[in-house]
Amino acid sequence: MKLNRGCDMSTKSIKDMGWDELIIGASVYSFNGEIDYNPADVLPENRDYAETNSKTAYVGDWRVYKPVWNSDLCIDCQNCWIFCPDTSIISRDKKMVGVDYDHCKGCGICVEVCPTNPKSLLMFAEQIKNEDALTQWPEKTKGK
Amino acid sequence: MNKKIMELDSIEVWDGNMAAAQALRQADVDVVAAYPITPSTPTVENYAGFHANGYVDGEFVMVESEHAAMSACVGAAAAGGRVATATSSQGFALMIEVLYQASGMRTPITLMQVNRALAAPLNVNGDHSDMYLGRDSGWINTCAFSPQEVYDLTLCSFKIGEHLDVRLPVIVNQDGFMCSHTAQNVMTLDDKTANDFVGEYKVVNSMLDFSKPVTFGVQTEENWHFEHKAKQHDALMNSAKVIDEIFAEFEKLTGRKYNRVESYKMDDAEVAIVALGTTYESAQLAADEMRKEGIKAGVVAPRVIRPFPLEEIASALQNVKAIACMDRSAPGGTVGMLYNEICGALFNTSARPVVSNIIYGLGGRDMTINELCNIYKELDKDAKSGKRNGALQRFVGVRGPALNYYNI
Repeated sequence: MKLNRGCDMSTKSIKDMGWDELIIGASVYSFNGEIDYNPADVLPENRDYAETNSKTAYVGDWRVYKPVWNSDLCIDCQNCWIFCPDTSIISRDKKMVGVDYDHCKGCGICVEVCPTNPKSLLMFAEQIKNEDALTQWPEKTKGK
Repeated sequence: MNKKIMELDSIEVWDGNMAAAQALRQADVDVVAAYPITPSTPTVENYAGFHANGYVDGEFVMVESEHAAMSACVGAAAAGGRVATATSSQGFALMIEVLYQASGMRTPITLMQVNRALAAPLNVNGDHSDMYLGRDSGWINTCAFSPQEVYDLTLCSFKIGEHLDVRLPVIVNQDGFMCSHTAQNVMTLDDKTANDFVGEYKVVNSMLDFSKPVTFGVQTEENWHFEHKAKQHDALMNSAKVIDEIFAEFEKLTGRKYNRVESYKMDDAEVAIVALGTTYESAQLAADEMRKEGIKAGVVAPRVIRPFPLEEIASALQNVKAIACMDRSAPGGTVGMLYNEICGALFNTSARPVVSNIIYGLGGRDMTINELCNIYKELDKDAKSGKRNGALQRFVGVRGPALNYYNI
């Protein structure tokens, strides 16, 4: 037997709900309604995310250093996309698109796993503009 | 139901631990994750034996600590399975952080708690320190006073906690050694009858339901935390109704009747002992002795301490003149829990009995019939004079000079 014990977020925002309307145990749903497809087959922008999904939550202010992507050097190997713990590397059809700065927390793992020389992703202080960061890119390291 | 049936006699000789293990087996638990600790070890050991011999279809997970045991239980319950564990004392103390997670995430888990003193000094014997430690953790707390009651309440615990109006974890308490290691006759149900009574597990917001992905264990700050705790409290308070319904259903099946407040010879009682655990049965023998001497003695025991049966216990004690609230836990600088709860229950009623607080039995110290008779005799003095003749709080059964506190 399967039952959904919870609220209907399609008609009312969770922000307006009283204790009697919330889902028990502070559980939160990822999608509106039930899904009968494999979410991995649908691009994130086309998924029917619920209000309680973190898709719309901004956590970019956790970050002190940010990864900046240099598209001239990138070989689209997808290492950063695979390793990012917060799915904050945006890639479409195996082509790197950029960094989701709303969810990236600046851990630097994408930079660590980037195999190019010089790296196609580098950490810069949060306040540095990306176009300025790209002018400060290092040269290829010899002998590596 | 487990594929392999265990044939049981209609009456088996089981101690509390075996009664607990058999009830877990019959309830067809999906996941038992446990770490053994005296005196609840045989609950886990017996269950692991059933598992090893093919009588349990579910998983048995050996973990590295009680914190891990309860964490595994929460995970398994969130995944959508029926879950149980067992522990005592220090192990229970180590679980505490996760107990609040379990109740807050509204995961129905059954915890067989064999009550034992908390260190220091280290002690493996029975008292109610661990029961009291968990009483505010948001779990339903039931108390079994004999192996039969352990068996019965364990079967009921799954039905109560998993009920769609409840969805809360349940502790089944029993006294270490006095109940857990004392073999008595236990009337059994056959596997099918027991399993049918417990019923099929009702899955709610299962993490393994990929058509409705759900997150458990979220962070809520000042914007939602209060609402969720209010919702949890409401479910716990309203579980009293469900407990009554399930006790009634169990009585219909077995003829054995359970009440959220148990009482013995309270109809005409003038003096009453309120106690938990095996002391409830000992006090009945003492009350019978006292009645031979003309003292109208009765006994009251909360069968369920959370949700606290405040109205029922106030009703049970309306007509008595003197009450001894017996707490088997060091109260840490105040009166014991039962004293507080009983006085709180009576205060808004017209009853004004003389109430005293007895601290007894710490670390497995026996509470004898003789000592209970002496307590009744003191209560009789209080009842006759209409005031307390000693201090509000007394320690009974401890060596050395008398320990008395509070004299209002």
